[in-house]
Amino acid sequence: MAATPAVEALGLVKHYGAVRALDGVDLSVEEGTVLGLLGPNGAGKTTLVRIIATLLVPDAGTARVAGHDVRSEARAVRAAIGLAGQFAAVDALLSGRENLVLVGRLYGLSARQAALRAESLLERLGLADAADRLVRGYSGGMRRRLDLGASLVGRPSVLILDEPTTGLDPRTRIELWEIVEGLVRDGTTVLLTTQYLEEADRLAGRIVLIDNGLTIAEGTPDELKERLGADVIDARLRHVDQGEIALAALASLATLSPPGGPAPTWHAEGRRLRIPSAGGAATLLETLRALDAAGIEIEDISLHRPSLEDVFLTLTGRGAGDA
Amino acid sequence: MRAVTDTAIVTHRNIRHLVRTPQLLVFATIQPVMFTLLFVYVFGGAIRTPGLEYVNYLLPGILTQTTLFGGTATAVGLAQDLNEGMIDRFRSLPMARSAVLAGRTLADAIRNVFVIGLIVGVGTAVGFRFHGSVGGALAAFGIALLFGYAFSWVFAVVALIVRQVEGAQVASLLIVFPLVFASSAFVPVASMPGWLQVFTRHQPVSVTVGSVRALTQGTSAGTLPLTSVAWSLGILALAAPLAVTLYRRL
Ligand SMILES: Nc1ncnc2c1ncn2[C@@H]1O[C@H](COP(=O)(O)OP(=O)(O)OP(=O)(O)O)[C@@H](O)[C@H]1O
Ligand SMILES: [Mg+2]
Repeated sequence: MAATPAVEALGLVKHYGAVRALDGVDLSVEEGTVLGLLGPNGAGKTTLVRIIATLLVPDAGTARVAGHDVRSEARAVRAAIGLAGQFAAVDALLSGRENLVLVGRLYGLSARQAALRAESLLERLGLADAADRLVRGYSGGMRRRLDLGASLVGRPSVLILDEPTTGLDPRTRIELWEIVEGLVRDGTTVLLTTQYLEEADRLAGRIVLIDNGLTIAEGTPDELKERLGADVIDARLRHVDQGEIALAALASLATLSPPGGPAPTWHAEGRRLRIPSAGGAATLLETLRALDAAGIEIEDISLHRPSLEDVFLTLTGRGAGDA
Repeated sequence: MRAVTDTAIVTHRNIRHLVRTPQLLVFATIQPVMFTLLFVYVFGGAIRTPGLEYVNYLLPGILTQTTLFGGTATAVGLAQDLNEGMIDRFRSLPMARSAVLAGRTLADAIRNVFVIGLIVGVGTAVGFRFHGSVGGALAAFGIALLFGYAFSWVFAVVALIVRQVEGAQVASLLIVFPLVFASSAFVPVASMPGWLQVFTRHQPVSVTVGSVRALTQGTSAGTLPLTSVAWSLGILALAAPLAVTLYRRL
């Protein structure tokens, strides 16, 4: 018998006026695993996370966390989760330590327990030296780490992180990944949204890709990459108005990819042509000839293994960071 | 029980904010002090208050007005917490639902205690005197504080609707100004046009000012104190559940 998932959402719908932020999303996170929720700006990631964290009531659908319904058993859900939202929710007029003690006390810890918990988290997050300074004077990265600390105070079984490393420098980002990996080793379930494909690739066992409030793909990072087939040719054109001509020129190349496989796509924002390539270097050569014959000016071209970013671009038609 | 502990924890946090932003407390007291001086020295000479020296007439008005202005701090603090994500943090915790609002309004009431002390000090320096009993004076402070506390919940409702610091502050002042100026706080009701007197005489600020005035000056208060307390409790009974409902639905 399969265990009940730590997080389970069914048919979640949420409107903001005329905007359909979620249009019937299903989601399931097995206990002790990391699910990466990936999607461009405005995809509905934060909306989904807020519903699961009991901050927002869905218009339709249900969600359960650690076996509790987010609507009728909100309090039990809150006792099970730790939330680090998209923007650090820390009190600027308190010190780092006071912030964590405040949260600990509100979890029902005694003053002594809360102080001990704060101390160990400050240590773990590398904030021990700044512990007694007002958060007002913290850097953005320090605030995010403190915010993560606040989400860990209650020893959550389900940790919800909304873009936890946005705005962090590369070193701090890796430190944060290591902290999350440590928590997962200890059995914590993690639901994480991110715009960094590298982050999803490294942390998440499963990925759900959403766009416009809909799930558009789901699987392990490797499964998603495989869907794109073999290598990808990535070309940047000099002129944005040559994109369609290039697509037409490539349409006649039979060796590009197996019939019925993914077709070349054009992304005007970055003037990028993405060409799934079954034939590797031979296809690259053919592509170059075809584009040259059509008078297309190429600024840059490369052949590489598909990355999550390719999956993302192909499925959403946009870059992860584009609006 | 949980609600009480959580409220105490949140109140403590808000008091820390007050202590760490003394400039806010200074601004909160400069305004009533300025009003006291302006009215006593600039307008006072032109205002007839039969049976009472003007400064003794004025100070109960200033006190009441100050607790009301103090209540608007609730709107500002709450809107700030909303915008800085602290409310999201609180709402994601397994804490009592009422504690964030109760802790906010309570902290603002405690702040009002200090401001009242300060105003009485300044008032005494410009000639204000108590002429009633100690019990009467304490009852007067209690009535004024309760009044400010009840309005704190009204301003909590405002903040939860407006959800933005400047907007919540302006909206709160829009409630405060007509109530304070179309009242007996600074000038006797009898000096106003007849149609206005109907409103002015019965509205809660006038009733509260009247109570504070009678209780600090040892004149007959009649039913004023009871009426003021009834107003405050009535406002609380409406605004507090509404605020908690809005908070839950955020
Ligand atoms: N409070 C709100 N009022 C109105 N519309 C909203 C509100 N919150 C979100 N939306 C809209 O709902 C959609 C989904 O927003 P959401 O914040 O969930 O996206 P997201 O995937 O988290 O985006 P980002 O990567 O930029 O954080 C967007 O179109 C957004 O404009
Ligand atoms: Mg978001």
